[in-house]
Amino acid sequence: MNNVLKLLLEGEPLDTAQIGKILNLGAEAVDRELANLRAQGILLGMRAVLNPSYEAERRVRAVIEIKIRTEGTGGFDGIAERISQFEQVESCYLMSGGYDLLVVVTADNLYKVAGFVHERLARIEGVQGTSTHFFLRAYKKDGFVITDEGTRRDQPSVSP
Amino acid sequence: MDDSARFVAQHVATLPKSGIRDFFAIVSKMKDAVSLGIGEPDFVTPFHIREAAMAALEKGRTSYTDNRGTLALREEISRYVARNYGPEYNPEDEILVTVGVSEALDALLRATLNPGDKVLYHEPCYVSYAPSVTLCHATAVPIRTVSSDQFALDPAALRAAWQPGCKVLVLNFPTNPTGGTANRQKLEEIAKFAIEKDLLVASDEIYSELTFEGDHVSIASLPGMRERTVFLHGFSKAFAMTGFRIGYACGPAGVIDGMLKIHQYGIMCASIISQEAAVEALKNGRESMLHMRDKYRERRDFIVRRFNELGLPCHLPRGAFYAFPNITSTGLDSMAFASQLLAAQKVAMVPGTAFGAAGAGFCRASFSTSYERIHEAGERIARFLDTLPARK
Repeated sequence: MNNVLKLLLEGEPLDTAQIGKILNLGAEAVDRELANLRAQGILLGMRAVLNPSYEAERRVRAVIEIKIRTEGTGGFDGIAERISQFEQVESCYLMSGGYDLLVVVTADNLYKVAGFVHERLARIEGVQGTSTHFFLRAYKKDGFVITDEGTRRDQPSVSP
Repeated sequence: MDDSARFVAQHVATLPKSGIRDFFAIVSKMKDAVSLGIGEPDFVTPFHIREAAMAALEKGRTSYTDNRGTLALREEISRYVARNYGPEYNPEDEILVTVGVSEALDALLRATLNPGDKVLYHEPCYVSYAPSVTLCHATAVPIRTVSSDQFALDPAALRAAWQPGCKVLVLNFPTNPTGGTANRQKLEEIAKFAIEKDLLVASDEIYSELTFEGDHVSIASLPGMRERTVFLHGFSKAFAMTGFRIGYACGPAGVIDGMLKIHQYGIMCASIISQEAAVEALKNGRESMLHMRDKYRERRDFIVRRFNELGLPCHLPRGAFYAFPNITSTGLDSMAFASQLLAAQKVAMVPGTAFGAAGAGFCRASFSTSYERIHEAGERIARFLDTLPARK
């Protein structure tokens, strides 16, 4: 794997100058590499991973399972692409199993999610039914385990 | 008024405290310090190994075990050592499971040394070697290793340091704090000398999986050495299991029997929970071990390059997870460098002298930490160096 990408995926908060120093490349080379990755459609963007408890005080998040009827509609792709346009939608996946699309949404509060479901989603042609589940608490997010106490709390800062 | 110190035996009272303790006391009270002083993996024990420990608790496996350790673990150790190091040890009477390598080395020294015997070891080295010898009323005989030789043990230096009464030779490759290793040719010369002088070799190979350059060779695998070598190893570094406190000794039955006496009276047995976790580590831990080794190697390359860029010459450690830069260009000695760096820029490095007199002029920096911290430490050290008169 590309070294720059590998370092980004490890999740340490490093800027391009730091990455340049670590990989002995120089910041410009890292910028160039990142531009390449974007041009190839591999790197879509970079976003901070926030502690979900910080987010939870400000936003609610829900997953919505959606069943779809494809006859006479744009098929899965057409409907999924339409749903993905909504800014409330964080991610949208076609799934195997008991329902067809899995959509993660965030909103200011529960009522806004409800409004989105019955005013927007339910009105889309081809959406047969939805099932909405709210997130209550996160224990791990994007590879970061969220615990009240750090696992290494008692580790001595200097040891032989 | 506590004057209970008068009860402490003379050879203990006069034993110096580990130099690392002083640093630990200062750093632990300091906020936002960047510590390069941590002598253990920054990885958490791989989950499947932790799971084995949990399973042991759930199954109620909380009893004592055989003094030597569970037979299941000794059998795994026997296979692991034969496969990775060469020599074959009988799980019945040639393997002893201990509370880390520290206990194994202590038991070995106590089992073999008579008061006044002498023990050869190479310096800079792990902090406990010389004190453990002293606690046996024996004499520690250091052999200096040097950076121009990448801190490998020079057989000629060994020969020069030898004196009548030397009984044991302690080896530690890769070495904490220098990352020094010994290649086959050097080990063969050392082995020849050990046979000539009838030395027992205690080979602490705790960092052997973390060898970055070339293959690790165990002296126990060389002709004529199995019968005079005790191979010491453990789980702390390769499998990130420091808190499990689990290690082992493999050697000829006579010496292992002597160690067993001390172990059974002093310790009874290593924790059964740790022993169960250790079995899992040996059976299925290779992949996580290799992953961690690759990470260490990448960080090593970064930190060594940084020290050299900063004008602190640093050899490429061939194993373990420590860089050992030479700090003499700063005009400071190791202790002054480490304490001033800590006070001025809150970066903790361990003075080389904590690892013996041969560490003078060096400091140890662990790269068992995140890129972010290594990077930040580099920036802070650069700022510190700019303030030193000798560097202007």
